[in-house]
Amino acid sequence: MLVNGLRVGVAVLVLGLWELGTSQGEAGLIDPFFYGRPSGIASQLWTWIQNGTAQGPLWLQVATTLEEAALGFLIGVGLGIVFGAALGRIRLLADVFAPYIKALNAMPRVVLGSIFIITIGYGIWSKVALAVVLVFFVVFFNAFQGVREVDRVLLNNARILGASERQLTTHVIFPSALSWILASLHTSFGFALVGAVVGEYLGAIHGIGIVIATAQSTFNPNGVFAAMLILALVAVTAEFAMTWLENRLIKWRPNSFTDIQHI
Amino acid sequence: MTATTQILRDYLERLESELPFGKKEKREILLEAEDHLIEDAQRDEASGMDASEAERRATRRFGEPQALARRFAEERAPAIELRGVTKRFLTPAGTAYTALRDLDLSVHVGEFCAVVGPTGCGKSTTLALISGLEPPSEGEVLLDGEPVTGVSRAVGYVFQVDAVFPWKNVLDNVATGPRLRGVDRAQANRLAQDWIGRVGLTGFERYYPHQLSGGMRKRAALAQTLINEPRILLMDEPFSALDVQTRTLMENELLQLWSATKSSVVFVTHDLEEAIALADRVVVITAGPGTVKGTYRVDLPRPRNVSEIRFHPEFALIYQEIWNDLRDEVLVSYERSKRIVS
Repeated sequence: MLVNGLRVGVAVLVLGLWELGTSQGEAGLIDPFFYGRPSGIASQLWTWIQNGTAQGPLWLQVATTLEEAALGFLIGVGLGIVFGAALGRIRLLADVFAPYIKALNAMPRVVLGSIFIITIGYGIWSKVALAVVLVFFVVFFNAFQGVREVDRVLLNNARILGASERQLTTHVIFPSALSWILASLHTSFGFALVGAVVGEYLGAIHGIGIVIATAQSTFNPNGVFAAMLILALVAVTAEFAMTWLENRLIKWRPNSFTDIQHI
Repeated sequence: MTATTQILRDYLERLESELPFGKKEKREILLEAEDHLIEDAQRDEASGMDASEAERRATRRFGEPQALARRFAEERAPAIELRGVTKRFLTPAGTAYTALRDLDLSVHVGEFCAVVGPTGCGKSTTLALISGLEPPSEGEVLLDGEPVTGVSRAVGYVFQVDAVFPWKNVLDNVATGPRLRGVDRAQANRLAQDWIGRVGLTGFERYYPHQLSGGMRKRAALAQTLINEPRILLMDEPFSALDVQTRTLMENELLQLWSATKSSVVFVTHDLEEAIALADRVVVITAGPGTVKGTYRVDLPRPRNVSEIRFHPEFALIYQEIWNDLRDEVLVSYERSKRIVS
């Protein structure tokens, strides 16, 4: 209760100060021409909802970005888990590919967006590809580590109890690596969104990224903030979904001590 | 033979329940014993003795079933045999470390053998070799006379640290063995339910390991291992992490469960008192590289109560005898660890 009250208080304070600071126009503390203002952002959102954006209806932009992010996320996670698990299990593969993966990971991968637009085109798949590349490495490293860090005693126990190599993977290695993989999903959906938005930014027909780019080129800070707000909503919703999934999949994990409240 | 074969039949039944062998071997021994007993009783009967008295005398002459079972076991091929086993490891520094050197050990069918020795003498390595998880560098490991080439189905292994799967609840953990060996889920769960009852965890089927106490996790681990009905049971200081009261309880329960299965046990511990209280035989291993320093027969009566057997007059004598041997090895190991620290 107290926490929720304070949370609302913080929002009211920040937005109120922002609104107040921009209420004097150019002469005021904050220039709304550069920084926008909350009421302007709200009316911008309302306009978009009612009349659509320059690229068409608002829902279409949101849906496009979501579709790209979700596809990129799913493909990236899938590839990350498969390659991470394979390299984690097979020593030779890991030794061979390690330098390449390190080099690719060290590169600022966002630049690949340009290549994808040239090769794949303006449609959603160039954005999906960028999202995949960003998501892949996060999941890959976690899956790899998760498979490597499996408790040897648990492996031996499963062997004694009668597990074949395949059963070891399904009964021990995968569940054990799952907590690592799930931890990476939190960050990787964020990366998928980054991939989709940046991809759109570089060139697209629909999507929140292109809405932001348009707002930027017409010096419309309220538009940029409004689009950011939408992205934030999407990200928070995805975060909740991920936490729910995590709690369902690894309900066996003990609560950390910080969760215990003294009463 | 006359009407009263009941005495004979009772006797053979008792003998059968004491014998630690598989069905086929049991039948062989029992048939042989029956022939012998009948022949013996008939001789007495022929000289005019009452039939039931003749049978009673024959069984008395044949011996106590418990002692007989042990003799039969010792005459047959040992359940576990290590011949001149050496095990070396490559340390991270790149040097070879010898954990075991030229170790000979054999455990009879149905025997409870405790292995004691100072820390780092290769006790756990011995179990790893018997289980087939690791191959020996030199020498041979045999189970029922067959060389070990991998993990055998006959082996059960209770580890020193918690080895129950944290992502499975108690029921699924206990059912793991049968599930991995291809038993269908319903049947595996029925079996697991039975074993959960035997180790006293009824009502905790849906609990995850982190929700259980250390003693309860150990019970779950015991059920998980015993559900596979291993003929060879390896235990690596299984109760060392438990408090003293829980430990004594678990030791008693182990003896009870074991006496029902008659499996051959190798029980590794650093606690000599525990070793004597549980085992038929105690093997002392030298400070590393480990090899057998001596073996001692523990002829304390069974069934035993672990908390009371310590007061048996013979207990102290055996303890003293073994401790004389063990003490030197513990000192050697202690001196070494001091040298490493300083």
